[in-house]
Amino acid sequence: MDFFVIEVLIGGLLTGVLYALVALGFVLIFKASAVFNFAQGSMCLFAALALVRLMEIMPAPLALICAAAIMIVLAFAIERLVLRPLVNQEAIILFMATIGITFFLDGFGQSLFGSEVYTLDLGIPKDPLLLFEGLIPRGILVNEFDLWTAVAAGLLVAVLAVFFQRTRIGRALRAVADDHQAALSVGIPLRQIWVIVWSVAGLVALVAGIIWGSKLGVQFSIALVALKALPVLMLGGLTSVPGAIVGGLIVGAGEKLSEVFLGPFLGGGIENWFAYVLALVFLLVRPQGLFGERIIERV
Amino acid sequence: MRRIGEPVLIADRISLAFGGIVALSEVSIAIRRSEILAIIGPNGAGKTSMLNVINGFYHPHAGSITWKGVTRRRMRPYEAAAQGIARTFQNVALFKGMTTLDNIMTGRLLRMRRNFLWQAVYVGPAEREELAHRAHVERIIDFLEIEAIRKTPVGRLPYGMQKRVELARALAMEPELLLLDEPMAGMNVEEKEDMCRFILDVNDEFGTTIALIEHDMGVVMDISDRVIVLDYGRKIADGPPGEVRTSPDVIAAYLGEEAAPHSPTARVPSSSRNARSAGRGPG
Repeated sequence: MDFFVIEVLIGGLLTGVLYALVALGFVLIFKASAVFNFAQGSMCLFAALALVRLMEIMPAPLALICAAAIMIVLAFAIERLVLRPLVNQEAIILFMATIGITFFLDGFGQSLFGSEVYTLDLGIPKDPLLLFEGLIPRGILVNEFDLWTAVAAGLLVAVLAVFFQRTRIGRALRAVADDHQAALSVGIPLRQIWVIVWSVAGLVALVAGIIWGSKLGVQFSIALVALKALPVLMLGGLTSVPGAIVGGLIVGAGEKLSEVFLGPFLGGGIENWFAYVLALVFLLVRPQGLFGERIIERV
Repeated sequence: MRRIGEPVLIADRISLAFGGIVALSEVSIAIRRSEILAIIGPNGAGKTSMLNVINGFYHPHAGSITWKGVTRRRMRPYEAAAQGIARTFQNVALFKGMTTLDNIMTGRLLRMRRNFLWQAVYVGPAEREELAHRAHVERIIDFLEIEAIRKTPVGRLPYGMQKRVELARALAMEPELLLLDEPMAGMNVEEKEDMCRFILDVNDEFGTTIALIEHDMGVVMDISDRVIVLDYGRKIADGPPGEVRTSPDVIAAYLGEEAAPHSPTARVPSSSRNARSAGRGPG
């Protein structure tokens, strides 16, 4: 029984890493433009669709490179056609623009690549796996697929965290998010920064799209997985990379544990709403999230 | 020691319009090495537009800009910053969520050479570089006397202090040309005095060329070597402060046409007499 808790916890944490990955896409763009990128989910869908259809006509590695290239081209297009004309506008205007991008990507992606459900097979077995059999009686049961994807996602998250925390790009990002004009005046190349950030967010979307796509099948509902990132962001704070990671883990572990241990008393189905309630509590108590920037207001 | 030299920046016959509104029409401005140039004029005269053209925020429709011997149709903000033009803004443009120190450090971004892989591991050269930049920034902090607010998020600072942090950030870029857009707006007398002292010291110690927009005539007359007056997007005077003050065109622009130059009431107030009234007049 004791080890059952650990099993559930591990299962939850593995899913949590995937939530963190999706949340990270939001955080990156928010940090660089103070904009909540409504299109993140659609970017996952778009990337996954592109990859699946490309895999039909070319070998997988090549398709992956092409899909990545498509996301980078998309970043350039967004910078040129959407962001550049909106320099120095309010964040809410840019937010509205990302809603526009969402509709465009949903429509364009599905009319270009088709709107059926495609299966994406990564060749990783989805069998349960017993770990630490020698150490613990009966071992710990883990889904092998979840384990591998969590490792991949964790690696990506770590690389990005280092990239944005320690390099001068990190400081430049915060500057750009804060004030476009001032950022330009100290010589921060606004356009380059935007292209970099949207490209990285596009690549993160691709990885998230691949993982979720192979779990759920590549279909429209992938765009909605992004909704799961919202409570993660509330918990971790919109501006924090470590926040996205910790928030993802808390949500992942929290929903599995509550389902298993509170479920029987509340009638089950807790997994579906647990994260949102947790986020609501956080909004009441600590609106900036665990690691978010303090909200400063001079009165 | 500073010596005013040959022109370093020449804006030649600059014209700029927003739709039907002409902001600048054929304005030529030369800024000489190591001078303090004041650009004055009533509201909407095109002063800020001129600074925006110089550092590339606005692209003029006609005219050319010569900076460091290279003539071009327009500047780009990145290019201006990389080539030693720094500026401050009329309504303080700081990174509000960041501390004073981080704000000033952004002024060093262009001078950081180590690539991001080095920085990510933060050892050896990257660490030394970061420390060298920190040391430089600390000197600026000492110079502008803002040690006490080093770690304070700038959004929490009073307005006068924010203006000072903005100047610090511009100085961190080690600019050759410093553009100040109303550096003393909204300050009390004491804060203005401090700011004047900093501007004069920067000019004196580093020979930095300074072009500033200011409404306080007392300040303008006291600290500038030369004054350019704009009115309705046209240059109406250009010369030493004493000369500009008595120019009939300038008096007419500030006080209205009826106030003929000969009328006894039509004198632009002299520096020693009242900064405050003049501050409001053209304001």
